[in-house]
Amino acid sequence: MAFENNVDVEHPVHDVRTEAIKNFENKGFPSKKEEAWKYTSLNSLQKIDFSIFPKQDNAIEYKDVKKYFIHEIDTYKIVFIDGVYSSNLSETTHDGVDICLMSSALTKPMYKQIIDVYFNKVASKDESLTTLNTAFCREGAYIYIPKNKMPKKPVEILHFATGNEASIMLQPRNLIIVEENAEVQIIERHQSLTANEALTNSVTEIFAAKSAIVDYYKIQNDTANASLIDNTYVDQKGKSHVKVHTFSFGGKLTRNNLNFYQNGEYMDSTLKGVTILGEKQHVDHHTLVHHIEPNCESHQDYKGIYGDSSTGVFNGKIIVDKIAQKTNAFQKNNNILISDKATINSKPQLEIFADDVKCSHGCTIGQLDEDAMFYMQTRGIPQKEARALLMYAFANNVLESVSIPELKARINKLIAKKLGVNLGFDL
Amino acid sequence: MLTIKDLHAQVEDKEILKGINLTVNAGEVHAIMGPNGSGKSTLASVIAGKEEFEVTKGSVTLEGEDLEDISPEDRAHKGVFLSFQYPVEIPGVSVTNFMKTAINETRKAKGLEDMPAKDMLKMIRDKAELLEIDRKFLSRSLNQGFSGGEKKRNEIFQMAMLEPKLAILDETDSGLDIDALRIVAAGVNKLKSKDNAVIIITHYQRLLDYIVPDFVHVIHNGKIVKSGTKELALELEEKGYDWLKNEAVV
Repeated sequence: MAFENNVDVEHPVHDVRTEAIKNFENKGFPSKKEEAWKYTSLNSLQKIDFSIFPKQDNAIEYKDVKKYFIHEIDTYKIVFIDGVYSSNLSETTHDGVDICLMSSALTKPMYKQIIDVYFNKVASKDESLTTLNTAFCREGAYIYIPKNKMPKKPVEILHFATGNEASIMLQPRNLIIVEENAEVQIIERHQSLTANEALTNSVTEIFAAKSAIVDYYKIQNDTANASLIDNTYVDQKGKSHVKVHTFSFGGKLTRNNLNFYQNGEYMDSTLKGVTILGEKQHVDHHTLVHHIEPNCESHQDYKGIYGDSSTGVFNGKIIVDKIAQKTNAFQKNNNILISDKATINSKPQLEIFADDVKCSHGCTIGQLDEDAMFYMQTRGIPQKEARALLMYAFANNVLESVSIPELKARINKLIAKKLGVNLGFDL
Repeated sequence: MLTIKDLHAQVEDKEILKGINLTVNAGEVHAIMGPNGSGKSTLASVIAGKEEFEVTKGSVTLEGEDLEDISPEDRAHKGVFLSFQYPVEIPGVSVTNFMKTAINETRKAKGLEDMPAKDMLKMIRDKAELLEIDRKFLSRSLNQGFSGGEKKRNEIFQMAMLEPKLAILDETDSGLDIDALRIVAAGVNKLKSKDNAVIIITHYQRLLDYIVPDFVHVIHNGKIVKSGTKELALELEEKGYDWLKNEAVV
């Protein structure tokens, strides 16, 4: 057994890693000279001397971090502290579905077949930060939902950075496989517990088989010195439905590379985001939806509210292959700047090679509607609350599709807090 | 209740109100009529506190208090209500939630606790009934996709909820069919009392058949050029505005 563990099973992953290291060494960190990184600079992060592996195991008490969980409901939990699995805080399962650890999936023989088929298969082999993760990842969530199954409850993936190291770099790796007609709901969060520097370079691979349903929520509300590069790759088969919601309310620098590949017909992909930033925060949403086969839909709807000196980027790329007729691809990016110093760069990129398609895209950048403000004020609603109500309303349609009511309530509260108001009702 | 003295107001250096004088007492209904572009809606906006309009001279006082430096929301808290000619659509906020926020913010300004949810619901139901508003309507996004008539009815519904001292109805009759006009007028009449006052801004006599004014004023070129009783409105209906324009020049 020991022999198998160390050699046979490690071997294929080892090859993948060696290749990834080579690719990363060739390319290095992306720079602003590259079109895809024009508006997001990693320079300042590269100057920090991050520790890559924590020196010690760090423990935290549930009561100290309870607020970061959707604790109003029962969930499976896969929790990591400084990149190391915390069995104390976690609740995994092998009861009909596998909700457990990437480290076991990568090393235990029983998972070998699946790892061979799926690991690093949809993730990019040449995008440098993804290869960096492939080279160094040790841990993350492994979720396998067999045909026709659905876990009893949603899954939370939480990464805590304790700040016990002056600065830490984490490379979590998640693999999510949802087989035919199976279903899963996942909530992912990265949370720094101190003001120390933390940089997370995360890669998530999602495989949604025929008629599978995946509902994925990313909560990004980290501290002022925490940065996140999230690389998510979704491989979808026919008739599947995959939704990814990204809620970006905090952190120093957040880059979301969200990539959908539609390998089948009659499916839909939904990419939605609410971004509310202040201070000097920066969020860059880079989406890609690749329509490879006919008769599919994609819906993108990103709303952003930028205050103080915050900066935002939305770059939404849609590729429709020549064969992918009857594609419906929709993209919206609406932004409100509530400060003169805030900026947003919004760029749709459409590459359409089929002729019978419906594609629409629209981006708007504006201020709050003064007439609407005055209207509300004449009803006795003070300016600050009126502004918040308008911003709530602005973000509202993105929340409509959140299918976990407790999560929706939580997001509502986060938005209200971020806007500094208490409206006394949830939308 | 409301005293306007020699009011001058401008927007982007263009003077629109050129010396308005008007006194409205509690229990009175005043109609302000006049041709397009005469300054009627500007007067309504200035009373409600729209910042876009700069008051360059004169004053607006409500119950003895000069409104000059008072924000639109504080004016609302003091009892000023403006029914908009073009109510703004606010997607994502239901009529009910909007009213809850408006009422509770007004109560907060007066140092009162939030209205208990049960009382709020009852009040919403009662006032909706008064204006023959379907309950389904209340959970829809404010004014979004409402017909012209629905928007105006919704304005008067809000007025009924907020129980203002001074209600200004800016062209509330435009876009209303005769049935909606009757409902709206009946609503306003029911809300009228000896303690509040109504200013009706209108182009036509039509609404005044249902809400009978005590006084009628005609604005032309930023000034009140003639005041009278309800008979004046009938005369205007018959003769149009031109004879008054000439009179003003004289």
